[in-house]
Amino acid sequence: MLSKRIIACLDVRDGQVVKGVNFEGLRSAGDPAELARRYNAEGIDELVILDITATIEARRALADTIRAVARELFIPLAVGGGIRTEADAEVAIDAGADKVSLNTAALSQPSLITALAERYGSQAVIVAIDAKADGERFAVYARSGQAAANRDAVEWAQEAERRGAGEILLTSIDRDGTKAGFDCPLTAAVSTAVSIPVIASGGAGGLGHFVEVFTAGRADAALAASIFHYAETSVCSLKEHLRAHGIAVRL
Amino acid sequence: MIALIDYKAGNLTSVKKALATIGADVLIPDGPEALREARGIIVPGVGHFGATRALDAAWTEAILERVGEGRPLLGICLGLHWLFEGSDEAPDLPGLGLLSGQCHRLGVRHGEVRLKPDTTYRGVSDAAQPDVRNVRLQADVRSLRFQANIEIKVPHVGWNTLSLQREAAILEGVADQSQVYFTHSYVAPLTSETVAVTEHGEPFTAVVQRANIAGVQFHPEKSGEVGLKILRNFVQLAG
Repeated sequence: MLSKRIIACLDVRDGQVVKGVNFEGLRSAGDPAELARRYNAEGIDELVILDITATIEARRALADTIRAVARELFIPLAVGGGIRTEADAEVAIDAGADKVSLNTAALSQPSLITALAERYGSQAVIVAIDAKADGERFAVYARSGQAAANRDAVEWAQEAERRGAGEILLTSIDRDGTKAGFDCPLTAAVSTAVSIPVIASGGAGGLGHFVEVFTAGRADAALAASIFHYAETSVCSLKEHLRAHGIAVRL
Repeated sequence: MIALIDYKAGNLTSVKKALATIGADVLIPDGPEALREARGIIVPGVGHFGATRALDAAWTEAILERVGEGRPLLGICLGLHWLFEGSDEAPDLPGLGLLSGQCHRLGVRHGEVRLKPDTTYRGVSDAAQPDVRNVRLQADVRSLRFQANIEIKVPHVGWNTLSLQREAAILEGVADQSQVYFTHSYVAPLTSETVAVTEHGEPFTAVVQRANIAGVQFHPEKSGEVGLKILRNFVQLAG
């Protein structure tokens, strides 16, 4: 049976892992390679390096950080943040990334999804969607949650799939950094509307939140950052908790 | 020395890095003639079966020649599909044909329902006989072919279990129900040479081995210690 994946996100700025609350007020949490090693030993299923300030500061994800993390890891590694062109994706993939995550660039230039899927395969292309509740629907935001994209999250996820995306990384702006739990209605709405896997992100604060997002939220994978960074919860104890609740995991 | 075939289907970096980690000498041959030096050949690859077009007659001949001499061959993911006769993903393109059968898309089940004459069918739908509702039957119809979409996510992405079928050198030291990392939409059929099965909507070949020919559907280079063990087994076979 296919396991539900637990993915650790390394939000990186200037080669250091940082984690903000609602995308602001960042504080340092350490060396990316060192954290990656620890997560790997604990049984993390996958890693994401997100160059969180890249879009704003017009910088590319740092190839050196990717290389340092990828050097001794033999699990999937995705890289996002500021990937705007095929050349940006090439830099990340050549440095050791297995997948690239597109966000703002996919919204402004959806043909990039297809171009990368044709070049590297759909399995290498994640479309990241930052969404915020808007009445009964969910509105998409670009530029690290700063600009309304005037798109509906469910419709945009479906379009991304049609254009060649292999996975959706879905972040709730309302929940990000709050530790109030994943946005299950958002996740379920998107996950049931597409046939590609959906990674839920934003709001992980306790073990129960992961159970919720894999059941009510219909998520295929869940991503978290700070809950793991500060060793509040080990990956291993999280997976044991999930297994005890009848959820398939890799232990 | 292990030859890693670069036919521009995805990125070789990860496989190369994994092989280096386990101490294997790796060569990425410029052309088929460079395969003469190879003690083992790996055909990696992700993406579309159409990419195997780059493995032209010269490559095919050189690979078959080495395999004929008993050199081990390992196909990974798309490389596994290429070992078979072909794939529905690019029906006009033949595979290497070392293994018999055709690769097909996950989640699409083909079949046939036998119908009794002079019977009114209002709908046939259950798990074993997928949805053939709303079909208007002709008087002389005796059977109905169907194509049913199974409710699973495709591509199949993530860690899934290996159910070992029998002993095989490529899986030496790998425990039953070990988990490995998959990312694919098409699968190879089950054959008598299947040594490990994985399920996602349907059972399919996760590992196949016949003598010196082996293939894996998952990515050993992305499957942690279990994956490295399988690569070590292959390197050992290459001697």
